[in-house]
Order: sequence, then structure tokens, then C-alpha cells
Amino acid sequence: MATVTTRRDQPDNPEAYDERLGRVGLGRRLLARPELGAAVGAVAVFAFFAGYTDQFATARGIGNMLDPAATLGIMAVVVALLMIGGEFDLSAGVMTASSGLVIAMLTTEAGLNVWPAILLALVFGALVGLANGLLVVRTGLPSFIVTLGTFLVLQGLNLGVTKVVTETVQVGGVHRTEGYDSAFAVFARTFSVGDGDYRITILWWLGVTALATWVLLRTRAGNWVFSVGGNPAAARSVGVPVARTKVLLFVTVSVTAALVGAMLVLRLRSVQANQGIGDEFQFIIAAVIGGCLLTGGYGSAVGAAIGALIFGMAKQGIVFAGWDSDWFQLFLGVLLLLAAMLNHYVRRRAEARR
Amino acid sequence: MTGPYLEVRDLGKRYGNIIALAGVSTRVYPGTVTCVLGDNGAGKSTLIKILAGVHQHDEGELLVDGAPTRFASPRDALDRGIATVYQDLALVPLMSVWRNFFLGNEPTRGFGPWRRFDVRFARETTRAELAAMGIDIRDPDQPVGQLSGGERQSVATARAVYFGARVLILDEPTSALGVKQAGVVLRYIVQARDRGLAVVFITHNPHHAYPVGDRFLILNRGRSLGDFAKAEVSRDELTRLMAGGAELDALSHELELLRPPPPS
Repeated sequence: MATVTTRRDQPDNPEAYDERLGRVGLGRRLLARPELGAAVGAVAVFAFFAGYTDQFATARGIGNMLDPAATLGIMAVVVALLMIGGEFDLSAGVMTASSGLVIAMLTTEAGLNVWPAILLALVFGALVGLANGLLVVRTGLPSFIVTLGTFLVLQGLNLGVTKVVTETVQVGGVHRTEGYDSAFAVFARTFSVGDGDYRITILWWLGVTALATWVLLRTRAGNWVFSVGGNPAAARSVGVPVARTKVLLFVTVSVTAALVGAMLVLRLRSVQANQGIGDEFQFIIAAVIGGCLLTGGYGSAVGAAIGALIFGMAKQGIVFAGWDSDWFQLFLGVLLLLAAMLNHYVRRRAEARR
Repeated sequence: MTGPYLEVRDLGKRYGNIIALAGVSTRVYPGTVTCVLGDNGAGKSTLIKILAGVHQHDEGELLVDGAPTRFASPRDALDRGIATVYQDLALVPLMSVWRNFFLGNEPTRGFGPWRRFDVRFARETTRAELAAMGIDIRDPDQPVGQLSGGERQSVATARAVYFGARVLILDEPTSALGVKQAGVVLRYIVQARDRGLAVVFITHNPHHAYPVGDRFLILNRGRSLGDFAKAEVSRDELTRLMAGGAELDALSHELELLRPPPPS
């Protein structure tokens, strides 16, 4: 029992082999990954619609399904980080509209160049995230309530300020302002590969997913994110800056929401004051489908990106299949329940003492 | 022979008008195990909390390396090499063993934006450090939640040792464990001692304390009933002292009387 250093390195030596260590097959190893359920789901959904409709598995179909998946996916990935850190942000959906309105008003009403307007929208996002984060860590209230509050505040501001400034509930004409073309090229243009047209947001989506995965799995900050969601008291006792980590996660989500808001306003050229309401649940649903636990401490950025992909595929697949789009909600509900049950099972397994 | 690393002389602590601890003295030498024994409410927790820097003493002296000291905070005690492993262990169940081991002290490689968690080093060090304590954790990638109680205790202890502890205070490490798991913990207490650490082992079980202890400090109702070297005391005496001696005799007599007559 005392000399045990290299047991695993010599499994063919029967005496050194640890009988408690069952052979870990590829299947079991995969099952331990949080994104497995989402990956299987994605393949199944793709296979179903590819078989059911002709247009789905074409370059045009793929471009169409990746477009909504990308915008949602960017948000789902950062919301997944926040959820792994043990918190929610219900204000993230409305924040995309707030950012769009800030940019639209600063450019069309105040005559600002698009680029500094985007920068100011990102600053605004950082302030909202800071407010969310500080309120949560200072008061100790559940983030569900705190961000529900900021959700309502932002929603009220979006409608109220827009009506005061424009006397309507939308701001348009962003494409006639200075700097629009260059900003459009960076945040919203489409590019062609082969027969398909793809939005540049897809590249942003891939970039955000890769960056988030790297931070989560290969940096100190990532280790802290898992720990503040998994057991904040333990994290604090070993010197992890719990409050700072959580606040930064809130800021990350709100700034990213502001970025997505910029992408949407550049693409649509106008922004509705009631845009984005309800999107926050889609972000959370995509993150849960991707393997995030609602209780924090477990999840994956890649999983959330795949969750968003399933969203995009189902949305587009239902259109191609000629079904009523209301069926999308039913599909979503079933998927969410399945994913939540799978995650719960995985967590119980991970926490079960042997 | 070097002097004691940690020494307490006539240590006392009051919470308002309640005397939690009074007149407690002992010495903790490197490479030895000092057992603090006592029933519930004997003052064990108060003593550890003073040694760990959570509370400050009101009377007597606390000496580190022969110099009188008052710890301002747990961090202060930790910086002087006094690490305390509490019962709740400060581990995150859903995180892997190696992520837990280095939580808050992650080793990094690279500079600037390329500064990253040195995952390979963390994995290998975790396995090596646990193996050095005689603990085989099978797979450092498995979540801590899957480990047994004794293994979790060993992870928390190995972590304290790796990050420079000279004195290791173990707060009731065996109390929640089965016989076999308690054996695992007792084994690594001996391992830590053999690596030259001073171990302070708090327990209310003399059967766990006697085989591994070099000194025994017995507390009862906040006061010291004695501070013995192993040669000065037997296991039975230890048990009797702990339970308040005469009280236990009276109790066993009482129980004897309660026994129903054997069926004929």
C-alpha cells in the first residue's frame, strides 16, 4: 500500500494493477464530458432534418441554420461561463437591444461616427455588468432576482428613452451614418464559400467559443470560475477572489451582449425598443442543453455553442419542413427537459462517493 | 535535538464570562505527532482555533520557534507554516483532484496573454504528492466528489503539506470515517510525521490516537488533565482520563445493574 506511485503505468503487471480501477472505455470517458449530450443531440437533429427535407443539408441550408446559431451561440457561450460560476443573468437579452439603441441614437440623433458609438455601447454594457455583479456579491441576493430587476430597468429605459427621443418605438437609419460601412464589414457582412453565403458572425461565434474554452480549461481564471460555482466557501478559504471572479463574469456577459447588439443593429439597420425580450432564456436553454448545471460548478463553452447550433438547426429545419413555427417551442421544451435530466444524472454520478 | 516548533504555556481563552480554555500547556516538535484528546466541549476546538489564528488567546503564551507570537489571522498562521485541515475540507466536489489540489495557487507558464495554467505539471505533481503520502488516487482527473472520505482528507492534507506547512493541524480527521478509512488517515499521519512535519491530531478516540501519538494532551471542560509522553501513559489510562475517569467507572457499574437477568 505504501509504494503505489506507478500502478497505472504498468497495467500488465498484475500485482501493481489497482483492482478498483475499472478499465475506462472510450464510451465512459466521453460520457464524463459535459458536451456529450448536446453533441449527440446535434447529430440526431441534423440527421433527422437532412433526411426529411431536401434543402436542409445544402450549402444554403447550412448558411441559413448557422446564422441564428451564431448570434445565439456567442451569448450562450458567455452565459455558460456565468452559469458555471454559479449565477444567472436575465438582463442579457434586453441588453442586446439597449446596446443597439445606444448605437442607433448616438449615430442618427447625436451624429457620432459608428465606431465610437460601438465603443460607448460596450462601456455601457460593462457598467450594467458591473452593477449586476456588485449588487449580487454585495447583497448576497440570488442573481435571478437582481438581474430580473436590471432586466425590467433596461426594458423600461429602452422603451421610455426611445419614445422621448424619437416619438416612436424604433430607431432606424443607422446605415446612413458615418463609419457604417467599415463597421458592417467587421461585424455583419456575409461572405461566400462555394455555393453558400455565411455571416461573419459565424467566425465571431467560433472565436468566442475557442477563447472561452481556453480560458475555462487552461487558465487560473478558469479554475476559479469552476470553484466559485462549485463551492464558493471552499474557494474563498484557499484564497480564490470569489467576488472579483463573479463580478468579472457579469461584466463579460453584459459586454458581449453589447457586442451582439452592435452586430444586430448593423445588420438590421434599425432597432426596435422591445427587441431582445425573452432571448435571455434562449441563452440559458442553449447553455443547459450544452451541459451546464443550473446549480453551477459544471459545464462547457463548446457544449453551449453546440446547444446554440441545435437551436439554429431546429429553427431552420422546421421552416424547410413546412411546419408551423409554433412547433419550435414544443421541440425546445422537450429538448430542455431531456438535457436537464441528463445533466442531473451526470452530476449525481460525479458527486457519488465510491 | 532541536527545540519545539510550537509551544503553548498556560494558554487561556474566555468568551465573555465563559472560560473556554485555561492553563493548557504543551510542546509540538518536528517529526512527532501530538494528540489532543477530549470529549465534546473539552476545549479542543478553542485550542485549534487559537493555533490556526482564527481566535487570539487571552492568557498565557503561544510560542513559534521560541518567540512569543499572536496570529492576526488564519493567513498569518499559514504564512508561519501552520496549516489546519478542517472537517469540511475546503474542496470542490465537482472539480477534478488536480484542479482542487492547486486551487488558489495555480502554477502557470508563459507570459502576458499567453500565461496559462500549467496543467501537465499540476496533474503530475498531484499524483506524486499523494503517492508520497501513501495514497493512490487512481485517476487525478476524477472529481473529488467520487473520492471516499479518507481520500478527500488525504487530498486536503497533501495540499497543505505541498504548500509549505511545518505544522499540520488535523481537526477530527477520523471522526466521520469507517474503520478502514480511519486506517488510511492514520497511515498518512505517520507518513507526514516521517517527512519531518509536526502533526497536531485532534480526536476524541483514544484508539485512533494511541498508535500514532508521541505526546498526548488531554482536555476536559476547558482544562488540561495532563500532557504525557507515550511512555508515561497506557491506552486504558488515556481512555479513562478522557472520559473523566471515575465517571466512566460509575457509568459501567450503572449499566451493569441495568442488564436483564440471563434467560434460563
